[in-house]
Amino acid sequence: MIELKGISKSFRVAKREAGLKEAVKALFARQHETVHALQDVSFTIGDGEMVGYIGPNGAGKSTTIKIMCGILHPDSGGCVINGRVPWRDRVAHVRDIGVVFGQRSQLWWDVPVADSFALLKDIYKVSDADYRRSLSELTELLDLKELLKTPARSLSLGQRMRCELAASLIHDPKILFLDEPTIGLDAVSKIAVRQFIKKLNQERGTTVILTTHDMQDIEALTERIILIGKGRILLDGSLQELKRRSASQKRITFEYNGPEPSLPAGTKVIERGPHRLVIELEKEWLSVSEAIAQISAQVDVVDISVTGMSAEEMVAQLYREYAL
Amino acid sequence: MKKYQALFTIRFSSGLQYRAAALGGIATQFAWGFMELLAFLAFYKANPGAYPMEFSQTVSYIWLQQAFLALFMTWFYEQDIFETITSGAVAYELVRPIDLYNRWFCHSAANRLARAVLRCFPILLVAFIVPEPLRMSLPPDLGQFGLFMISVPLSLGVVVAFTMLVYISVFFTLSPIGVRIVAALLADFLAGGIVPLPFFPDVVRGVVEILPFAAMQNMPLRIYSGHISGAAAVRGLFLQAFWFVILVVLGRLWMKLALRRAVVQGG
Repeated sequence: MIELKGISKSFRVAKREAGLKEAVKALFARQHETVHALQDVSFTIGDGEMVGYIGPNGAGKSTTIKIMCGILHPDSGGCVINGRVPWRDRVAHVRDIGVVFGQRSQLWWDVPVADSFALLKDIYKVSDADYRRSLSELTELLDLKELLKTPARSLSLGQRMRCELAASLIHDPKILFLDEPTIGLDAVSKIAVRQFIKKLNQERGTTVILTTHDMQDIEALTERIILIGKGRILLDGSLQELKRRSASQKRITFEYNGPEPSLPAGTKVIERGPHRLVIELEKEWLSVSEAIAQISAQVDVVDISVTGMSAEEMVAQLYREYAL
Repeated sequence: MKKYQALFTIRFSSGLQYRAAALGGIATQFAWGFMELLAFLAFYKANPGAYPMEFSQTVSYIWLQQAFLALFMTWFYEQDIFETITSGAVAYELVRPIDLYNRWFCHSAANRLARAVLRCFPILLVAFIVPEPLRMSLPPDLGQFGLFMISVPLSLGVVVAFTMLVYISVFFTLSPIGVRIVAALLADFLAGGIVPLPFFPDVVRGVVEILPFAAMQNMPLRIYSGHISGAAAVRGLFLQAFWFVILVVLGRLWMKLALRRAVVQGG
């Protein structure tokens, strides 16, 4: 159980204008600016939930994660995770959590991955039996067999991320924090990582908190999303709710032969090229079939595809709506 | 304890990998040791009675200093600790159920020990077979050697606890260079790394000999040759233990403060 109540955190950042003159001025009088990274952030996450924590860059996602991990002290507000205050009881708290920071590595660079795992085993005081069981399970799920003997520096990014996931789960944590776990991965690796996370959540009942910019991660994994922007929680609900909020427009792409058709009323051109037309429908005005009928009456249509708004676009729309 | 042992082992074994660096180090330390000894020899020849240490004691001091340089040098720092702090990777250190101070202390001590083990034997071997008067002598008796053996780990402890302060300062300054250069040079000089402390003028010596820097290489190297012996040596060990505790307590408090207001760099 994770409970955040009114968490605020600000940083003081030294600032100056560009240029030599300003640099000299800053030697004598430093200008500081207070950046409010988090303001009154509250939410509750139950055991076994899988939550997507999203927001634009600099919204405060990582800061929240770091507070929940016990790394940062908030300025005010309370946070209780499994009955403990993370930053006050850090060592006991982190025993129960696993963390993957997608942009950093926790594996020792020069030694084989298996050595890193063995060291983590000792750091977390995992018993030999538990370690063997956990390792063989993770090896199978993440297909690590060939990688264990390789030094971390010679792994590809996708291979490394699989090893990072395993490294953060050796001690069988109750909560897993994933800070951009799919960043920079190719499509195949992304899918492998997602499948693994899903399985982990279903089989071990691990609570998963996921930050990402990849909306496909969110669509594939989480029921619930928390949207943060400029340090405030803007939305806490299901993906469906998000879909309902953003007026879901339909988009039709035509490939055709012949002269440019005139547009039916109630549509908007998104893209117009030679023999290609993308339009968006305002739902109440016109049905999809009517629009298709009107266009195909004018030109020889070769191909048609109809798409709804992707989660990506919905979020982009939300960001605009909240002026983030 | 086991986790520290594991950390120690992984660092120690990776420290042993660097054979070429060790060979280079050994060559440098031979050259340096000889040069220093020849300079001292010239001074001693001019006026043998004018110096606070016998020449044989100075010889042992310098050979031991070169052999165990890795344990005592105050100007050697772990680059990866600096990088951990400046890059923000310290976040990963903090999500482990382990005390960060102990972890870095362990890391640092293990690396110094690995380096010393690789370098000390060839240097000691040669030091014991070169012709007199540059040959290193055995300690005066077993008791004195015992005191030396206690003093060495205490020195290592004081040196590492001192370097920990430099690491922690990076949480505040974000650039290790300034503090590191000043600290390294000052400490090396005051520890007797350049000239043994007995050679300092009397007025200065009174103060210098009670500073934490005097609890570094100064003690074991002088105890070995018998320059400090008996009750004075035991007092020396207490001085070392005292500074070790003080530096560790200071470091821990400062670290706590640093982590309270830590800004983890880079997103």
